[in-house]
Amino acid sequence: MTERAMADQDPHAIAEHHRAIPRREVALVPPDAIASRALVTVIAIMTFLASLTAGTAILVNGVSRDWRQDVSQEMTIQIKPAPGRNLDQDLRKAEELARATRGIAEVRSFTKAESEKLLEPWLGTGLELGELPVPRIMVLRLSSAVPLDATKLRTDLAGLVPGAILDDHKLWIGRLATMSQTMVLVAVVIFCLVLVAMALAVAFATRGAMAGSREVIIVLHFVGARDSYIARQFQRHFLLLGLRGGIIGGVAAITAFAIAGILSSQWTGESGGDQLEALFVTFSLGTSGYAATVLIAGSVAILTGLTSRSVVFRHLQGLE
Amino acid sequence: MVRFNNVGLRYGMGPEVLRDLTFSIEPQSFQFLTGPSGAGKTTLLRLILLSLQPTRGFIRLFDKDAAALGKDEITTLRRRIGVVFQDFRLLDHLTTYENVALPLRVQGRDEASYRAEVIELLGWVGLGERMHALPSVLSGGEKQRAAIARALIVRPELLLADEPTGNVDPSLARRLLRLFLELHRSGTSVVIATHDLGLMDQFDGARRLVLGDGRLHIYD
Repeated sequence: MTERAMADQDPHAIAEHHRAIPRREVALVPPDAIASRALVTVIAIMTFLASLTAGTAILVNGVSRDWRQDVSQEMTIQIKPAPGRNLDQDLRKAEELARATRGIAEVRSFTKAESEKLLEPWLGTGLELGELPVPRIMVLRLSSAVPLDATKLRTDLAGLVPGAILDDHKLWIGRLATMSQTMVLVAVVIFCLVLVAMALAVAFATRGAMAGSREVIIVLHFVGARDSYIARQFQRHFLLLGLRGGIIGGVAAITAFAIAGILSSQWTGESGGDQLEALFVTFSLGTSGYAATVLIAGSVAILTGLTSRSVVFRHLQGLE
Repeated sequence: MVRFNNVGLRYGMGPEVLRDLTFSIEPQSFQFLTGPSGAGKTTLLRLILLSLQPTRGFIRLFDKDAAALGKDEITTLRRRIGVVFQDFRLLDHLTTYENVALPLRVQGRDEASYRAEVIELLGWVGLGERMHALPSVLSGGEKQRAAIARALIVRPELLLADEPTGNVDPSLARRLLRLFLELHRSGTSVVIATHDLGLMDQFDGARRLVLGDGRLHIYD
């Protein structure tokens, strides 16, 4: 290189160029602003949908678990009026039995007025129900420390108060579990479909980018680039796009849940708000929900990079 | 360095465009590859570069049987070859500096380790002031010199140049030829594909490989 040093450049100019050249390496995959923006938009929408689906599944699962826990901590004794029997006396007997039974933490008997009030949603208000044989209800809150022998309680109750029914809500718990599991399963299927659709979109975008970069790939091959090097360039390009789309979609999903939470808390007291509260308790995703959204955004970026790498490798193997 | 033995090439079911090519390129040799337009000069260079596979015959490159080479092995061998394409093949979104540095970059070398070398070479081919320019604003001659610099930056053992003076004026063509001769003197084997008789006459000592009717005639 001594002769090359005789170049038409002076040392000052070379030093100047040393400083002037940016150290950051320019991406070898040519930037295609329009196609990149379109792909980022698609990835953002898919991430948003996937996060919404996952968030909803987490919400439903959590609410269902709370419901089941609440319901499973309670039992109900129902005493129907029967000819020749004193309902108040039967109620007292059952109450005494319940209080004496191990595993029951609290016993609360509904008064006649409270029992009649329970019928209001079906019969309306202002009716005289005094003549109707309205059953009486007793709610037993179970102890979390001491297990209850429900079979013994049922037998004792049948002997003491004939016609009394002990309801352990197993039917409702089973239905709730089935409903929530079905919803979570549907959410998982939708989540998977969204990811597959996104992977296909990325695969098509990669093919498009490769077709547009054919000349670049040929030159890279001729100057000694291995397939793995070329694949890494495309992977990096699409990983960055996936990261951008994932962050946008994830932030949008978190914002949507936050807005839903604020609105639902503002609606508290109104009929719609009460209905929502009855269904979901709260719209708050909780730490696990937000962590899941961040995880989805990151996974989307990684999935994007890996999909493009795989497509590029297959394409390169078909060349030459 | 390069050995062809009864090599023939046809595209699909068509006639053979190159046939019975038997020749070798020795280390530190200098040769012009010439012939009329369409004679197959570029095709022969692509065969040497192993970007085309012959339909018959044997090719050995750097003492390795080309037919037995895997893709990565071919890539490794290509790193020992510098290529100047007729149509330059500079990457439009990279600056002159980045284009010239590309062969070193794809080898995974750190940019700081080759920066001075690339700048020096750019100055040597007269592109010191154009290193930040994109190919779209370079003249034909500047693109040609950038393409040559990209081929030289790896100090190749074999240089293949396809019509390297096709887009430059006679004075620059002479300067480029001097550049190739100097490279040859430093130990690189050079193959220049050209139909520029004036260029070949400037270096009488060079071997001439003449393609015609698909066959190769050698004049030592």
